[in-house]
Amino acid sequence: MSTSLNFWLVAPIVIPSLAAPFLILALRHDLKSQRIFSALFAALLLAVAIGLYGLAQDGIVRPYLLGAWPAPFGIVLVLDRLSATMLLLTAVLGFAVVLYSMAGWDRRGRHFHPLFQFQLMGVNGAFLTGDLFNLFVFFEVMLISSYGLMLHGGGEKRLKGGFHYIAINLVGSTLFLFAVGVIYAVTGTLNMADLAQKASQIAPGDVALLRTGALLLLIVFALKAALAPLHWWLPTAYAAAPGPSAALFMIMTKIGAYAILRTYTLIFGADAGPVANIAAQWILPAGLATLVVGALGALASKTLLMMACFAIVWSMGSLFVALGLFNEAGIGAALYYLLHSTLTGAALFLLADMLARRRAGSGDQLAPGPRLERPSLFAGLFFVGAIAMTGMPPLSGFIGKLFILEAGRGSSASVWIWGIVLSTSLVVTLAFARAGSALFWKIDADAPLVEAKTPAPVILPVAVCAALLGATVLLSVMAGPVKRELDAIARQTLDPQIYVRAVLAPSAPLTSGR
Amino acid sequence: MSMEFLVASGIGLMSAVGIYLILRRYTFSVIIGMVFLSYAVNLFLFAMGRLKINEPPIISGASSYTDPLPQALVLTAIVISFAMTALIVVLALRGFLETGSDRVELEPAGSRKAEDMSAK
Repeated sequence: MSTSLNFWLVAPIVIPSLAAPFLILALRHDLKSQRIFSALFAALLLAVAIGLYGLAQDGIVRPYLLGAWPAPFGIVLVLDRLSATMLLLTAVLGFAVVLYSMAGWDRRGRHFHPLFQFQLMGVNGAFLTGDLFNLFVFFEVMLISSYGLMLHGGGEKRLKGGFHYIAINLVGSTLFLFAVGVIYAVTGTLNMADLAQKASQIAPGDVALLRTGALLLLIVFALKAALAPLHWWLPTAYAAAPGPSAALFMIMTKIGAYAILRTYTLIFGADAGPVANIAAQWILPAGLATLVVGALGALASKTLLMMACFAIVWSMGSLFVALGLFNEAGIGAALYYLLHSTLTGAALFLLADMLARRRAGSGDQLAPGPRLERPSLFAGLFFVGAIAMTGMPPLSGFIGKLFILEAGRGSSASVWIWGIVLSTSLVVTLAFARAGSALFWKIDADAPLVEAKTPAPVILPVAVCAALLGATVLLSVMAGPVKRELDAIARQTLDPQIYVRAVLAPSAPLTSGR
Repeated sequence: MSMEFLVASGIGLMSAVGIYLILRRYTFSVIIGMVFLSYAVNLFLFAMGRLKINEPPIISGASSYTDPLPQALVLTAIVISFAMTALIVVLALRGFLETGSDRVELEPAGSRKAEDMSAK
């Protein structure tokens, strides 16, 4: 029974990859039907993701062998608790973003919806693949469509910022290939499960090469995840991107975190012999540095978008501080923070986009501007978003931070973790308080009221933003059950043998599943 | 031995040239640098299957064969890097036409903001 459903694993990749060409070929002149079909496909993806999430609940790791080639030789997709959760998060975020884009962003350039679908395909593929080279390929699918989404609408700022973004990612891709090449040269495989076995049996002469490959890979993933000191590209790129694209890009930094979690627990985890836990000593200090840089950047930002970008960098720091512990409590806390940071970050970017559009003349600058049309509505959304993001009680940021502090208590670096997490939270809270008062309280009476060329729609974008914040609230209310689920994920990730056996000996998945 | 030395130093030289050019301040140099870096990595991947000549790329009962997988990988890498290079060339060209400058750095913030808002 368990294997008969396994072909559904390919659906999260196939649905968007069929949707995108359909949108281009059949509907390219008809924005209205593009919107309808894009939203329908996103909803279908959401349904499939919910189904797969339910499927993964039994704790069995399900491989899907494409073309029925046996595992280390063919291409393999793997669904476990972790990838199912990430797929669900992607589908939820994707659905929200496609609805938001209908409020006008998709009209400002061509092919928003096809690019959006291709991006979902790349993201889903990256979460499902069980092979390092396919991870590279899906990264590229995701990146090349993100270039399109980032440049959507054009303009000088976007072109210049886009060049930086593409250039840094091309260098990252090159490093990825170097890392993959080194790892293949010494192990002769790129299948993650097979690598997990081969890494512990590596010949003593090849250990240095394998370490080089593993750490090169860490650089690549840290670049995607905006881990200090590789975070400098993020504020420029995300602040220049259109609002809905930036919101969707929230999942892209998380892919870096996912890839680090997957690679350094499965392949270079505790069982990996000479290369065991190779990343742990780097991730925690880098996460603490990211916290500091993100918090200072948020405080120094002159625009709301820039502040949101640095708050994202800061939240990635919190995530990596917990992830860097590489134990069950740490990974569970990091995953909770991952969910929180994705939803809240996306809501903040959408809110910043709405505000920039309404404060004609001063945009999203943190300076006195003209009076808003519905100040209490937007101030209310900002208030909820700020509470969630900065980690004030009672929302998910606070709960997530509690989990992180709790996980860090037993660590040898607990003083650093507590000190830096708490002090940077204060700095970010200050930054958000200052931003809120600048945006909503200090009204410049002399500011000319520039009428927007087209009246901005209110209901749909506000509803989407509010729904994302509502998801944050739900995450806070349901923190107990959610955390139990996430701890189960952490346990499954920390036991790579389940994964290895499921992929390499798929004939007996039921017995090896537990 | 000499073939290994030649290939290794070739990869090293191309990477060095690529890294130097990427750190330059004009988009043209950066793009050329990226092309060099992608050539270097393609050659590197190709060499990962070990350097062999006159061997079949399949296991056919012969005692020796050359690993076909890196060749498949390098083909994928070439296609992707080619597409990416084309994209970034178009982007740099567009940026040059719109701003009249080939420089990589962003202008200081603040002055751009008002223009961008009016463009929206």
